[in-house]
Amino acid sequence: MRHFKMVAATLAVSALAVLGSAGTASAKTQIQWWHAMGGALGERVEEITANFNRSQSEYELISTFKGNYSETMTAGIAAFRAGKQPHILQVFEVGTATMMAAKGAIKPVYELMAEAGVPFNTGDYLGAVAGYYTTTDGKMLSMPFNSSTPIIFYNKEAFKKAGLDPNKPPKTWPEVGEYGAKIVAAGYPCGFSTAWQSWVHLENFSAWHDVPFGTKENGFAGADTEFAFNGPLQVKHIQQLADWQKDKIFVYGGRRNLGNVKFTSGECGMYTESSAGYGGFKAGAKFEFGMANLPYWPDAAGAPQNTIIGGSSLWVLAGSKPEEYKGVAAFFNFLSLPMVQAYWHANTGYVPITTGAYDLMTKLKFYDDNPGRDIPILQLGAKAPTANSKGLRFGNFAQTRDVIYEELEAIWAGQKTAQQGLDAAVERGNAILRKFEKSQN
Amino acid sequence: MEKRVVFRNPVLPYLLLAPQIAITLIFFIWPASQALYQSLLQQDPFGLRTTFVWADNFIDLFSQADYLNSLQVTTVFSISVAVLALSSALYLAVQADRVLKGAMAYRTLLIWPYAVAPVVAGVLWLFLFNPTLGIAAYWLRELGYDWNHTLNGGQAMTLVVVAATWKQISYNFLFFLAGMQAIPRSLIEAAAIDGAGPVRRFWTIVFPLLTPTTFFLLVINIVYAFFDTFGIIHSVTEGGPAGATNILVYKVFRDGFLNLDLGGSATQSVVLMTIVIAFTVIQFRYVERKVHY
Repeated sequence: MRHFKMVAATLAVSALAVLGSAGTASAKTQIQWWHAMGGALGERVEEITANFNRSQSEYELISTFKGNYSETMTAGIAAFRAGKQPHILQVFEVGTATMMAAKGAIKPVYELMAEAGVPFNTGDYLGAVAGYYTTTDGKMLSMPFNSSTPIIFYNKEAFKKAGLDPNKPPKTWPEVGEYGAKIVAAGYPCGFSTAWQSWVHLENFSAWHDVPFGTKENGFAGADTEFAFNGPLQVKHIQQLADWQKDKIFVYGGRRNLGNVKFTSGECGMYTESSAGYGGFKAGAKFEFGMANLPYWPDAAGAPQNTIIGGSSLWVLAGSKPEEYKGVAAFFNFLSLPMVQAYWHANTGYVPITTGAYDLMTKLKFYDDNPGRDIPILQLGAKAPTANSKGLRFGNFAQTRDVIYEELEAIWAGQKTAQQGLDAAVERGNAILRKFEKSQN
Repeated sequence: MEKRVVFRNPVLPYLLLAPQIAITLIFFIWPASQALYQSLLQQDPFGLRTTFVWADNFIDLFSQADYLNSLQVTTVFSISVAVLALSSALYLAVQADRVLKGAMAYRTLLIWPYAVAPVVAGVLWLFLFNPTLGIAAYWLRELGYDWNHTLNGGQAMTLVVVAATWKQISYNFLFFLAGMQAIPRSLIEAAAIDGAGPVRRFWTIVFPLLTPTTFFLLVINIVYAFFDTFGIIHSVTEGGPAGATNILVYKVFRDGFLNLDLGGSATQSVVLMTIVIAFTVIQFRYVERKVHY
């Protein structure tokens, strides 16, 4: 790891030396970027910003932290309504459909790049990543930035104590059940828990098993889509998790990733979480842990397919001057450079967005030195995406996630069966979709 | 003969009233009417397309089971917070009124929680009762009680009620104590000479004379529970589990500011406003009759 960081740093520095002409032009065009990366990630963003500013002399990129994802999006939208919008706004993946529908408020990336005359090929980007932000006819609307996908983390120490092979992570859900029972029998209060229950166990679960989460290619083919995550496979899975609670094989840890502490404290032996959770676990866990592909049901015909991303992308807002957009295009070009992506990937748990960056990392033997770090990339690209595994595009999806959280909690608490809870979530989610559709006309 | 003072200049009284009216217009009437107008619209987040939908938003709202659930949750939450905050503050004030030594320190300490911001108060209680890390949750488990408010709605409700109450007790305490110290000593002493014990003295003299304060605090506490507690809900439960602590004001915040459903959120705030206005009118109209000034 250390060895690799040195290489990456050297690369970044030499990149600057090549690119940087450190001009002292007095009137630089300012580009505003509002982002949602706090803490260590925020520092990485600052570094990228500073590097871009040193790499050229025409533009000055100013990045501003605007709070968490929701707050940043709300701030950007409020600024747009007041006519004071930034050029670049970081928006999380569930806000994608809302942004796409806002024609007149956004400037599509493919259009921006073409107008600025910057060479741009959608094919250079990892398909599973770019696909999420691309129209059905292949036009990229926003620039992928931080993307991750769910994997399973497991406590190697707990595996040893439970008499399991620490180098043999569970591949399937029945194995998770079996291993979980052994871990509980070895004295642990919890076999397995999860972060992002909707994203991991319904959204990615559906893609990974090639079953629809919603109709109309999960919303890619039109806004008149309906949710379909109450299918037999999803119901079976959720019901299984609910049943596992009796023997503590599964323990609910709370919304979002509030349950992460259950893994780092050693309470739960296995934990499904975004690959971006790696950094936190590395810093917080006092035991050796391993990573593996998200488990699947072996009796499901389409599994394993490929998983989908979470994270966010950079949207360009409408209403600025052409020369400013040229600066935005120059920055996006810089951001896509293999060494910039390699730096981002190595220092965070996110995947690189270009195939070039992945190749570079492979060449540098990064994955040999850091086993498991390529799992998310391989899992995202496991197979060519189908209509069920390209991603999700639902209006006001953030609101539907709240609904799913509520209904799942009702299931975990035993107030509803999986079928009842998921049926209710689909029905309430559909009402949100219809309302969104109505607001678009 | 009645003596009346009249302004000679017909414009002057209006001029003198103007600042107050301007403040009311700008800070209350204008936003309230904006909310009312917004509640009849359906709009995308960017404000690019707006449709006038009449009462569609209201019909939508009341056909949602989770909104009706939220109404119910709000009722339980507000009554619990108001009753608990008032009664415990009154108890503390009575005790503080009797303390002779160190009264100053005792009072000052009781006032502290009021200086804590709602979100911070929420986080504080969350740390105590976090099912994995919380010390209080650990004690409860030692006592054989399984504490997990992330799944148990009753426990989640208890936790937010306690946190919201804890923060409001100081405020109530201050007013009760001031009210009690304004009661003439001679009345209480006279009752004592007549043979009334402390409990009797409290119920027949102190409590009736405190009713103006109690009434004022009741109004304030209901408004507090309805509007000012969303920071606590946001930091402790986010309305969960399964909507068990999803009070009206939190739903307004969530749907409007996090989920960008402006029409729906405005509709909810209009309903909320109506409820609180109705409550206040009822309180002034009926409860105030029982108040002795």
